[in-house]
Amino acid sequence: MATARTFRTPRAPRAFRTAVALGGAAALTLVAGCAPQGSSSASTQRTVSYWLWDANQLPAYKACAEDFEKKNPGLTIKISQVGWDDYWTKLTAAFISDTAPDVFTDHVSKFAQFADLGVLAPLDELPATKGIKNTDYQPGLGASWIGQDGHRYGAPKDWDTVALFYNKKMAKAAGISAKDLDSMTWNPRDGGTFEKTIAHLTVDRNGVRGDEPGFDKKHVRTYGLATNVDGIDNGQTQWSAFAASTGWQFTNKKVWGDHYNYDQAAFKNTIKWYYGLAKKGYLPPYEDYSDSNQPQTQLGSGKAAIAMHGSWMISTFAGLKGVDVGTALTPVGPSGHRATMMNGLADSISKHAKNKKGAEKWVAYLASNACQKTVGEHGIVFPATKAGTAVAAAAYQKDGIDTTAFTKPVADRTTFPFPITNYAADIQALMAPALEDIYANGASASEVLDRTNKQINFLFDQ
Amino acid sequence: MAIASPHRAGAHRQGAHRQDARGDGLLAAAFIAPALFGFLVFLLWPTLRGIYLSFTRFNLLTPPEWVGLDNYVRMVNDPIFWDSLRVTVVYVVMNIGVQTVVALLIAVLMQRLTQSAFVRGIVLTPYLVSNVVTGIVFLWMLDTQLGIGNQILGALGFGHIAFFGSKTWAIPTIALVNVWRHVGYTALLLFAGLQAIPKDMYEAGRIDGAGEWRMFWRISMPLLRPILALVLIMTVIGSFQVFDTVAVTTAGGPANATNVLQYYIYGAAFGRFQFGYASAMSVALLIVLSVITIVQYRLTKAGQTDLG
Repeated sequence: MATARTFRTPRAPRAFRTAVALGGAAALTLVAGCAPQGSSSASTQRTVSYWLWDANQLPAYKACAEDFEKKNPGLTIKISQVGWDDYWTKLTAAFISDTAPDVFTDHVSKFAQFADLGVLAPLDELPATKGIKNTDYQPGLGASWIGQDGHRYGAPKDWDTVALFYNKKMAKAAGISAKDLDSMTWNPRDGGTFEKTIAHLTVDRNGVRGDEPGFDKKHVRTYGLATNVDGIDNGQTQWSAFAASTGWQFTNKKVWGDHYNYDQAAFKNTIKWYYGLAKKGYLPPYEDYSDSNQPQTQLGSGKAAIAMHGSWMISTFAGLKGVDVGTALTPVGPSGHRATMMNGLADSISKHAKNKKGAEKWVAYLASNACQKTVGEHGIVFPATKAGTAVAAAAYQKDGIDTTAFTKPVADRTTFPFPITNYAADIQALMAPALEDIYANGASASEVLDRTNKQINFLFDQ
Repeated sequence: MAIASPHRAGAHRQGAHRQDARGDGLLAAAFIAPALFGFLVFLLWPTLRGIYLSFTRFNLLTPPEWVGLDNYVRMVNDPIFWDSLRVTVVYVVMNIGVQTVVALLIAVLMQRLTQSAFVRGIVLTPYLVSNVVTGIVFLWMLDTQLGIGNQILGALGFGHIAFFGSKTWAIPTIALVNVWRHVGYTALLLFAGLQAIPKDMYEAGRIDGAGEWRMFWRISMPLLRPILALVLIMTVIGSFQVFDTVAVTTAGGPANATNVLQYYIYGAAFGRFQFGYASAMSVALLIVLSVITIVQYRLTKAGQTDLG
């Protein structure tokens, strides 16, 4: 013990110790201050960064990029694909840290906010993109991307509508023909032939159908209609086709409305009926939905007979193993017509794009018939130009997929647009829990929607 | 001379001492610098700036605009804020309640039964897994359709439970998932506290005929109090800040049933670009936590020990 106590390790000279300590502190400071500064300006002038979220579309846009690079020697397109769930978070962070992509795929539900934040470049002011006209595209697609200031912030790239995907074998077993499915009617009182159809397609664990006596709604083997909670706030693939078929509209104006109509009787009755299907056993309960049990999984596993979904899912549904999937039009509503939400994506340019010249050229190419036809050939999405749409329809047909249910509403003009207003993120944050409350907790649709609509419209009155 | 010499020598030594002290001060400053830098840059400055931003309207991309108390008025009138505060409190009560009891049980068992480092290692393992990984793994295990948890329930003849999908189960599930992750760490802290209790206390207790149960309440608990108080303060603060598990499992749903305060703040800031309002709510959380900590500190007399 005594030796241990008196023994001292030889001490390093003080100057040395101080130097080490200061060096350590300096190194830490340097590490903290050394964020990646981005590549050199010479290489950014050659590269155009481009973000998209749909993995299905990646090959099509890679093909477009290759063609573009051939036509524009010296320019390289760097495509990054980030799934929808992380896309917007990542994009927001990128805008804040000034690392945003030069060009990115944009959604109408987001662009108002981005335009408002001043992070988008007005395309009508850039030489390469100022020639983009609404008439180059399917009706309504171009107009959606004009901001309240009259500037264009997106170049239309594709469009989508919503229709029904159904299990052909189940329909046949239930004695329901493709024609029956294409001519369904709907009303919020008794659900019309649509409700009769999904009731008949619902089968409990004892094999009893939903419209037969003795149906056990607590133990359903196959639900008539698949559930989907993603995007519940705008109801694109859930309630919107029904609500709009009554003549109801989201807002007081077609675009840039400043008053929402979620408190109108037609809407409240639609929601009450729609989520009431879960109480009848024709629609799975809220709890059944999860990321691992999306509509395509429900149809693929035989848990559901019909799924209402968007045209961007055509190839996914067509590719389901062991299930022969057909498509059908949405039902005709009380207004005497069908209604399907038509939405389109566009490409936007970041205001502070590192390579703005390259970005505008790339966007002009993305918006052109040349690229849109290339995308169409892949048969994964409907390009925004008419020629591109025709190529896509032919490509789908070649794969044995009938897309009439998605294209007919466009030809018949029975579509309605995705609501474009300010405060989209706030509205989503209010509407999603409100509808979940009705669906999951059985809350009164009338009460919840009155209250929520008031909160939403309060945003516009501030 | 005879006197002066040692005096001089002493003066010399004292001078060297002063020099020494100056040198040590510099060295100390050098060693403190990184931590101080971190504290100033990552803690103090953001806190002060956060407090300033709570009085502004700020979207991060354009300069903040002074709005006075607007954000606080809005917060007081925001039913979702109050609901998320309620949800957070329910979560904290369940999380800390279960965690503390289980951790204490594990700590006492470890102290009274085994001193094995292996057992201690095992107990700590869940803490080594990141919160996000824990959340995702449990999300899969407890999935209504595919999860092994529900397969087992089904095999036992019970119906499926939507652990993360139902209003009733979501908060308890998240609370228990986080108990699983943190209980080992908490148990180790308590175990260390128990180790500090002199063994002769228990020997004396045994000689006096006290059983384990009695010794736990009469010896372990009173003497563990300061450590337990510290652990409680730390875990309650941590629990109030629950975020990652919610973000990866329920994202605040269903119908805001798991919309804990941190998640609501995050949504306001990064989802809706309302950094001013989000800052105001963060300041509110800071105040709530400060009050709870002071109250806990006082109530548990955390600063005093009964080991005299």
